[in-house]
Amino acid sequence: MKKLRKKVYLTAGYNTISFGSGRKEFHPKKARPGLEDYIKEAGKGVIAQINDGNNIDEGIISNFMAARFCKQANLAALIPTVHPSLEYKPCTRVEGACGSGGLALFTSVKSICSDISDVVLTIGVEIQNTVKAIYGADILAGAGHYLSERKNGHAYFFPAKFSDRAGACYDKFGYDYMRKSMALWYKQAIENARKNPKAQEYHNSIEDLFAAGMTPPNPKVFVDHLNIYDCSKVSDGASALIFASEEGLKKIRVDKKDAVEVVGFGTAVADLTKQPEDLTKLTTTQRAVQKAFEMSGLGPKDIGVLEVHDCFTVGGILSLEAAGFAKYGEGATFVAGGKTNIGGEVPTNATGGLVGFGHYVGGTGVRQAVDCVHQLTGKAGDNQVKFNPQRPYAMMISMGGNDRTVTAMVFKRAD
Amino acid sequence: MNFDEKLRNISVIGAAGKMGSGIALLLAGEMARLKNLPQNRDFKYRLNLIDINDDALDGLMKYLKEQLVKAGEKTTVMLRDLYKDREDLVENYDVIDQFVEDALSVIRVGTDLNMVNDSKVIFEAVIENKDLKVDLLKKIDRLCGKDTIYLTNTSSIPIHVLNNEANLDGRIIGFHFYNPPAVQKLAELIATDKTKQELKDFSQELAKRLRKTIVPSNDIAGFIGNGHFLRDGLYAISEVKRLAPQYTLPGAIYIINKISQDLLVRPMGIFQLIDYVGVDVYQCISETVNSYIEGENLKDDLLEKMVEKKVLGGQRVDGSQKDGFLKYDKGRPAGVYDLDSGTYKMFDPAGWTGELDKKIGEYPKGFYAWRQLLADPKREEKLKEYFKNLKVSNTLGANLALAYLKRSKEIGNQLVQSGVAKSAEDVNNVLLNGFYHIYGPINNYI
Repeated sequence: MKKLRKKVYLTAGYNTISFGSGRKEFHPKKARPGLEDYIKEAGKGVIAQINDGNNIDEGIISNFMAARFCKQANLAALIPTVHPSLEYKPCTRVEGACGSGGLALFTSVKSICSDISDVVLTIGVEIQNTVKAIYGADILAGAGHYLSERKNGHAYFFPAKFSDRAGACYDKFGYDYMRKSMALWYKQAIENARKNPKAQEYHNSIEDLFAAGMTPPNPKVFVDHLNIYDCSKVSDGASALIFASEEGLKKIRVDKKDAVEVVGFGTAVADLTKQPEDLTKLTTTQRAVQKAFEMSGLGPKDIGVLEVHDCFTVGGILSLEAAGFAKYGEGATFVAGGKTNIGGEVPTNATGGLVGFGHYVGGTGVRQAVDCVHQLTGKAGDNQVKFNPQRPYAMMISMGGNDRTVTAMVFKRAD
Repeated sequence: MNFDEKLRNISVIGAAGKMGSGIALLLAGEMARLKNLPQNRDFKYRLNLIDINDDALDGLMKYLKEQLVKAGEKTTVMLRDLYKDREDLVENYDVIDQFVEDALSVIRVGTDLNMVNDSKVIFEAVIENKDLKVDLLKKIDRLCGKDTIYLTNTSSIPIHVLNNEANLDGRIIGFHFYNPPAVQKLAELIATDKTKQELKDFSQELAKRLRKTIVPSNDIAGFIGNGHFLRDGLYAISEVKRLAPQYTLPGAIYIINKISQDLLVRPMGIFQLIDYVGVDVYQCISETVNSYIEGENLKDDLLEKMVEKKVLGGQRVDGSQKDGFLKYDKGRPAGVYDLDSGTYKMFDPAGWTGELDKKIGEYPKGFYAWRQLLADPKREEKLKEYFKNLKVSNTLGANLALAYLKRSKEIGNQLVQSGVAKSAEDVNNVLLNGFYHIYGPINNYI
């Protein structure tokens, strides 16, 4: 599909707190909300912003590994717990590892475009604090190719995958050059998160963030080329919003000023059984973004708010290059020049991104879309970006696994 | 017999105790690692855990299993490498499980001393009673060959006394772990002038394998660790007695415990620490050290009275804290023992403890709790600033804390001057690695 055959809107976004270590109220041994609590909170948070929950035609839920983290599958059938009218309506669960949320957006757009539904409730959720991080690493490793990679993989499987990418970047572009930029990425992520009461790093009180980010990696206890500050944390949380057609918006009586419009999207997957061709490049991300730009007829110069998938600081920097905001090898310069800051050229991850806001894996893509809606409708609170009139669009990139399953989407204010 | 060969059969005597169980845990982990190395796969590994208390041995197995899981979770990077040839072990979970199974499989528990038969290395960790230790060492030495070496975990009895009375001819060394052995990084190593070089070398290598930092101490009762802890605690008690007429005994204990934790920026207050060790154990250390050191009184009747009343502190099998000088609620101090009434006076922030807090006074500017500074890269700078402010605070708390810090420093210096420690650095290292302090007693802050 080169162009959208009808208008697709997003509205009524809601994020729960991203819960886990770092939040003052978190204690691993204390009872805390579970899978269903998060689904309900996010879903009801959306319904509270629309006229009537009965107008929802369909539910889409994205999640990665509730079957292992919570011993619960068949999540589509949990959507009716949000609102009684959803009982017997069509609901679907989608999965694409850390890119699950992106696939939920993609699936929702398809549903509207195919005329099957006018109003879709889209939810993304993950609960990870049910197991210790060392066992969570086993579960998350399912985003890689189990048969060919797990046995020889690292105890911290995914950090090691991006550690290898960081190592390749150190070799090619220099350790100091990359490390400084990764530390700055961390600093920016935390500073943004401190302004968002729902962010996992909202309570972060580290005085010298840059110094923390510069901590040399310790391969004896962790991975070769990343420190813990380079990594997003273990998070519980959910996000949800509404996808609607023109008709749908009317049904739920949402004014267009409270909605955004999809202007382009792209989804791409790469063969999971193969290794990335070049560790210094996110080639699948590049393809997905390219498609989104082609459909929208836009380019990096038009984007005023960006959400990238920084599960690791180095991933954030490489995303900037893959999406064309910086040239190959110059992502670190782009970050060091302050261009991703709130007041910079392309404000990126304004609520803290995965490193700062948190990363409830299967819900993150939905969270990114919610944040784009909030930014474009002026509801981003202390994280609000003042849009450059030359750059009125927002873009999000949701990446699954080691750059295997990627969805990019571009939005504008609805008119 | 080389180092690895010696490690194939070890016995721990007093294995169900607090220290013995921790030592057993460390050894079981290392033996599991060794037996999985390709060159060792044909050998049998045995760790004999012996204790007179049969009931406690049940608790020991539970403790070891839980702790081995935790140890495996912390060393998974190493374990994945150790089991890299095992195709059936794929996930972290598989690898950790196998490690626990391998470690438990080397263990034999029992109450029969004859189990030591084939051991070439004996860890002694029974209670601090010289005659008991000597008697056991003699018995074991009759069961094992004369090539057996002994590592004693005594924290107070001079090693040469054990060596001479048990006729061990230099085959014993003091290898003093700190509580809990799995956590505290320190091992105090105490050789006598008769200790064989081979045993010293063995101990150094063992410490490395168990990831412990060795600090050598001379063979003088109490060594460095308890040499400081004992005098430090006795000073606290003397301060309590001085303050008691004005603030009552429970009040004075509350004040000194509080300032020794907060204003000294230590992990716990001194009376909480004595409770943690056990009031009876502390009293026993005091008696022992006092009997070997001349010209210094290292006993106190308050300790004796507490022991007489059976207010002993220490921990239950599950690791929870028993009441001693202080009463504990979920591991946190919640009351103070009143010797006169034999009951606990509960903390009352709106009442008597609140009043005392006011008297202690506001904390100096730049104050941080121990936990806040533990991992702070700017810790030294912050402590410097804090202690500078403490010196000019002139509150009751600040004055008590200053005097306490001076006494602690004096004790440290005394340990160097009397030849217990070779250097101020060794004293500081013991407090840093064995007591979890974040600065040494011999410092320039005060």
